[in-house]
Amino acid sequence: MSRQNIPPSQNNPSGVPRSPATTKSDLIARSQKIAYADILLSLLVWAVAISVTAVFVWISVDIVWHGAGHLSWEFLTKEPEEAGRQGGIASILVSTGLLLSVCLGVAVPLGLGTAILLAEFTVLNNWFGRLVRRSLDMLASVPSIVFGLFGNAFFCVTLGLGFSILSGGLTLACMVLPLLIRSVEEGLRSVPHEYRLGAASLGLSRSTTLVNLLLPAAFPSLAAGLILGIGRAIAETAALMYTSGYVERMPESLLDSGRTLSLHIYSLSMNVSGGDSSAYASVVVLMILLLVTNGAAIWIGEHWLHSRIQN
Amino acid sequence: MTPRITLHFAMGIALCLLSPSCAQQPKAGLKQQKLIITGASTIAPLVSELGKRFEKQHPGTRIDVHTGGSARGLTDARQGLADIGMVSEALTEEEQKGMQVFLIGRDGISIIVHADNPLDKIVSKQVVAVYTGKTKNWKDLGGKDAPITLVHKAEGRSTLTLFLHYFGIDNKAVKADVVVGDDQQGIKTVAGNPNTIGYVSIGSTEQSIQQGVKVKLLTLDGVKATSAAVADNSFPWQRSLNLVTKGQPTELTKQFIDFVQAQENYDIFRKENFVPAKR
Amino acid sequence: MTSSAKKTSFPQNVDRLLVWSLRGIAVIVGTIVLFIIGFLILESLPVFRKVGVLPFLRDTSWNPMQGVYSLTPMLISTLLVVAGAVLLAAPIGILSALFCHYYAPKPVANLYRRLLEIMSGIPGVVYGFWGLVVLVPLINRLHPPGTSLLTGILLLALLITPTIALIADASLAGVPQEYLQGAVALSLSRWGTIREIVLPAARSGLFTSIILGTGRAIGETIIVLMVCGNIVQIPSSVFEPIRTLPANIALEMDFALGDHRSALFVSGLLLMGVNLVLVLLAEAIAQEEIYHN
Repeated sequence: MSRQNIPPSQNNPSGVPRSPATTKSDLIARSQKIAYADILLSLLVWAVAISVTAVFVWISVDIVWHGAGHLSWEFLTKEPEEAGRQGGIASILVSTGLLLSVCLGVAVPLGLGTAILLAEFTVLNNWFGRLVRRSLDMLASVPSIVFGLFGNAFFCVTLGLGFSILSGGLTLACMVLPLLIRSVEEGLRSVPHEYRLGAASLGLSRSTTLVNLLLPAAFPSLAAGLILGIGRAIAETAALMYTSGYVERMPESLLDSGRTLSLHIYSLSMNVSGGDSSAYASVVVLMILLLVTNGAAIWIGEHWLHSRIQN
Repeated sequence: MTPRITLHFAMGIALCLLSPSCAQQPKAGLKQQKLIITGASTIAPLVSELGKRFEKQHPGTRIDVHTGGSARGLTDARQGLADIGMVSEALTEEEQKGMQVFLIGRDGISIIVHADNPLDKIVSKQVVAVYTGKTKNWKDLGGKDAPITLVHKAEGRSTLTLFLHYFGIDNKAVKADVVVGDDQQGIKTVAGNPNTIGYVSIGSTEQSIQQGVKVKLLTLDGVKATSAAVADNSFPWQRSLNLVTKGQPTELTKQFIDFVQAQENYDIFRKENFVPAKR
Repeated sequence: MTSSAKKTSFPQNVDRLLVWSLRGIAVIVGTIVLFIIGFLILESLPVFRKVGVLPFLRDTSWNPMQGVYSLTPMLISTLLVVAGAVLLAAPIGILSALFCHYYAPKPVANLYRRLLEIMSGIPGVVYGFWGLVVLVPLINRLHPPGTSLLTGILLLALLITPTIALIADASLAGVPQEYLQGAVALSLSRWGTIREIVLPAARSGLFTSIILGTGRAIGETIIVLMVCGNIVQIPSSVFEPIRTLPANIALEMDFALGDHRSALFVSGLLLMGVNLVLVLLAEAIAQEEIYHN
């Protein structure tokens, strides 16, 4: 800790810095000051956590109160009728699942690969690494509607995929990549260097070290990146309107158009008059879906990578 | 399973999802007929529902409806990216070049205020005064003493163009407090503030009122703003809902357009609170 | 955190293969943003050819149907709402992460994390809808019209707090145990440990969380569209309505043809420019930190 001038006190009128533990009253004075800061910080931190929880509960209660009445087993298993005001969301759920699979199927390999490269195989200030990181940070700030327009022009028109789950999934993958890559890179960077040195001294190839040692050790960041990516993908609306389309029907292939849950919610609340209660119910389903997928991601991690998020 | 095998497994699944065999159209023997329709988001739910009924009556067909706005509907139809375009306003002569326009329905537009507002009717002169900023307080219109919050539509929307045209106002002269995009946004904004005034589709408002949203329609120049009034043409402020195709429509397209204009399907129009165009 | 100077030493040949395939992947990923910028430039060309670049900065107002194209008020509004949201969300997010690691008992921390994870997946339209129906009337009672810069800031902060919190949480998890044990051995207080040991150690992760949170805030379209009022002006108070650049694109794109459409792409290009400046700024700050560490 740095040496600073301590304010003049009874036992040290000149204020000349001495080593911290010189006088007894100095020690007590410092420990009291530290105790205040500790209490203050505790209060602040708890206040923040409680406020955030309170707002979340406020919103959730509002949603559940309006939407619970509309929920039923039929809601989950039937297709939408009357523009979504009646019927269910079965086809929507299937489309959402397919879209998520395409998105993650593309984003996870590409993302992991790039993150590993950035963290393990480039020197911290290497020009290539800097360029890639810069482009990722810019990618993370592109408005979702611009992604939609780009996705439409590139995937739907130029590549000829049309309004399809494939176009939507690929566009989503572009949006999710920055989150995934930056999280994983940070995680890998924070793994202590001794692990790598130890592995090298044992003669392990860098690939083995990576897969069996470093990735499991960086697991908290991997999980965070994955969960954030899933969250971003499920929450996206504007981009999908222009790429995977608006069709409510059950998709029969990846080249079919399909409406996702968030787009359905948007349509019901902003486009279709009288669709509000269906919209609320869909939000409830969405939140449950998030709980399930996030839980699955963590469970997979804990069992397959043999590590825990909190040690 | 070791992480390495898991990684390979996951990549295998990813490749499978993307491979052509997974993405192939099923039922190769059956003649797959597909129509792509894009355009105005106001008509999209209506055409989507009509499409669903059409698919049930003509198995093997697929009617894909997408939003994107009237402008997109027009350009997509013109460039061949869509078979039919949905346009929620009358087309200019320039826009009609080379296109076939089919009127399928009408929708009325009227002024709305919060349900608790004591005002029940309004005349054109007052609307102009309010929207150009000359009248700023509700008490000048016979209501309570409160400043008027103006809700206006975004540029390019057909409701806006009709509004400016009907009341003879220049857009630059309008001093709005809130600008909205879709009708639903307008309705919800007005419902949240007792001192707002706005203008939206009559059909959507009627639906929302049924659901308990706190807005009400004002009688304009002595004519009550209801779907019935739009249907018998006594309510003057309306917009036409059109389907457009490039040149003469092909077989499936013609079938669908005839279906949309057929009398037995008027119930779908009514459910969506639009007025079907009678032949 | 140390970093080796020579990172490309290869004990085995499979590693050479690995590196080159990884480099290939990184190139693909890095060029996506170039494609997007290229696309924006392509679509902006028509209006650039017609009116040039200056009108976008110097015109009096935004009335594209009448050929008037000033983007300045919307640019300033965008920066204001994002700055406000990040200033609010960053401390809340980081404090939340500290909460999970050092202040809360394990089950509470886990519950809080699940809560944040669910929040991170809630679509903007839900926050926007709730904002329109609950928050706007509340703020309207304070000062009409209710749809305002303030509402936008509050909801955007709500949107990005989980992102910042979760990434910060993961980076705090990466602080080595030995550091914390050392702090205990030195009998540092909790505040002292956090201030002097944990935060510096997790610095780069915390920084990343803020950058990604900012990016998300800049790019959010639907929330600002629904609750900010969409009036093109430079706000003189937080209660005044504003229109941001993404909201503008969303609002008008569906109905824009020709030059109007091109002009909207110009605003997209402007946003990319802003992003570039912010990213370079962030990089400069990060470099300072790394070298002074």
